[in-house]
Amino acid sequence: METINIEGLSYREINERLRATPACKLAGCRGQRFIGAGMGSGELTIEGVPGNALGAYLNGGSITVLGNAQDAVGDTMNAGEIIVHGSIGDAAGYAMRGGRILVKGDAGYRAGIHMKAYEDKVPVMVIGGRAGSFLGEYQAGGLIIVLALNGGRPVGSFPCTGMHGGKMLIRGGCGDAVLPDQVTARPAGPEDLEEASGHIRAFCGAFLYDMEDILKGPFTLVTPNSKNPYKQMYVMN
Amino acid sequence: MPGSLASEAMRPMHERSNGLGGGFAGYGIYPEYRDFYALHMFFDCRDTRKACEAFLKERFEIVRSELIPTRKMPSITGEPIIWRYFASPLPSVLKSLQLDEKEFVARTAMRINAGMDGAFVFSSGKNMGAFKAVGYPEDVGEFYRLEEYSGYAWTAHGRYPTNTPGWWGGAHPFTLLDWSVVHNGEISSYDANRRYMEMFGYKCTLQTDTEVITYMMDYLLRVQGLTLEEAAGVIAAPFWSTIGRKADAADREKRLYLRKMFPSLLVTGPFSIVLGFTGGLMALNDRLKLRSMVVGEKGDRVFIASEEAAIRMMEPEAENIWAPAGGEPVIVRVKEGAY
Repeated sequence: METINIEGLSYREINERLRATPACKLAGCRGQRFIGAGMGSGELTIEGVPGNALGAYLNGGSITVLGNAQDAVGDTMNAGEIIVHGSIGDAAGYAMRGGRILVKGDAGYRAGIHMKAYEDKVPVMVIGGRAGSFLGEYQAGGLIIVLALNGGRPVGSFPCTGMHGGKMLIRGGCGDAVLPDQVTARPAGPEDLEEASGHIRAFCGAFLYDMEDILKGPFTLVTPNSKNPYKQMYVMN
Repeated sequence: MPGSLASEAMRPMHERSNGLGGGFAGYGIYPEYRDFYALHMFFDCRDTRKACEAFLKERFEIVRSELIPTRKMPSITGEPIIWRYFASPLPSVLKSLQLDEKEFVARTAMRINAGMDGAFVFSSGKNMGAFKAVGYPEDVGEFYRLEEYSGYAWTAHGRYPTNTPGWWGGAHPFTLLDWSVVHNGEISSYDANRRYMEMFGYKCTLQTDTEVITYMMDYLLRVQGLTLEEAAGVIAAPFWSTIGRKADAADREKRLYLRKMFPSLLVTGPFSIVLGFTGGLMALNDRLKLRSMVVGEKGDRVFIASEEAAIRMMEPEAENIWAPAGGEPVIVRVKEGAY
């Protein structure tokens, strides 16, 4: 695989190089934004710290980060996969509509904000560590899995604020975080785990975890409990 | 640490600003004049400087007066006269006004900024100084030759003004006495905060929101005598519901007290700020954490930035990278006696 040293290159130059190279490794990355934006295929591996909006509008292929990633990873992504071997900043998977994000470590605030789904497009995010506050804020579709493999409360404060679609699967549970009225949490059953098992398997494959250990759970499933979440916002209707 | 360390860290942050303001604050940079207030000034012309100097000489003993050394750069243009004085208030003046030294210096800075056309005090602390300009921060650092200053703490800022003009006085940091504030965000509560602060003689003259945070911190910390943690609990007060759920009754009471005592000093809207003070730094996010902030360390040094990339620029081997929660102050103090 070709290695490109991107020290001192602008995001425009980097993305032009990427479009001409189907598989490559980027070395010396230090905060350049928009890496792999709109990429439709190929395999990209990143050394160093990629800047904000990594893989924005990603439409296929895969991006692997060998350390931490910053904010807004996979913003509005539609397909493909982003694998982060460290932790991830705020607003990961912002408005993503398809594809998958796997994070070995923790996620910052607002992971999965406004994730959505459309027909066969169901975005998935798996967080190996803990998620910050406002997890799944305004979530409208897709699946968010939090594994909390290093202990601690899996989610921060105010999870699921404004959530009105999709699912969350949380290993352990939300602890003493208060869930809003429009969502329901219940112990996940075998059929819920079945649906998620392919993604958890991918996570274990990427970061070398033991799947059976993780599946011991217990898991909590959080879903919105109303088809009309705005029912009582202004008037009864 | 040389100021160029902070300046270089701004290079990967280039996209975060648009060239309409960059600045730095260095602490411990004037050890030889540590007992004097370092007044950094912008003047629009020589006459203004002469008039201001006459005003200052009636109130201060000026032990040194000079141009702040700069470097001519094509990317920095339209500079005012950039001057500094090392000065000490005259004891006779303090006695007749019955003011302590800090209050007098703060009032003098306010008076010049609000009342003297073409003159601005942009730094007024002891053994610290702000350096700011219209330009990208990495250029501003070169312009002010920051590699020639050594300090125990530095803050840096690149501006992307959205609502107010980009001008020399509007660049961050905003300072008063030895407080300095750099801020990423936009304060929705600005006018409420400003009106409250005006009751205590603080005048907002720099056409942008961050300025008021500096005066709020001066009021809470110096005038009211709050601790840094308490001041953070005022400006980024937890939600009532969060306070209500606190198990520790003493903590709950204290939070309630702070919110009730200073309701007009709650800052709403997105912010991440770094407050510089003699002996350290405090970083703070708004309680919803609508702006990013990352902290890392290496040895006895602590790094705080909007992005990890900036930390890695200063220290590629930085460890314990973490993101503080919204409203959770991160306070870093230099070891006693080290400054």
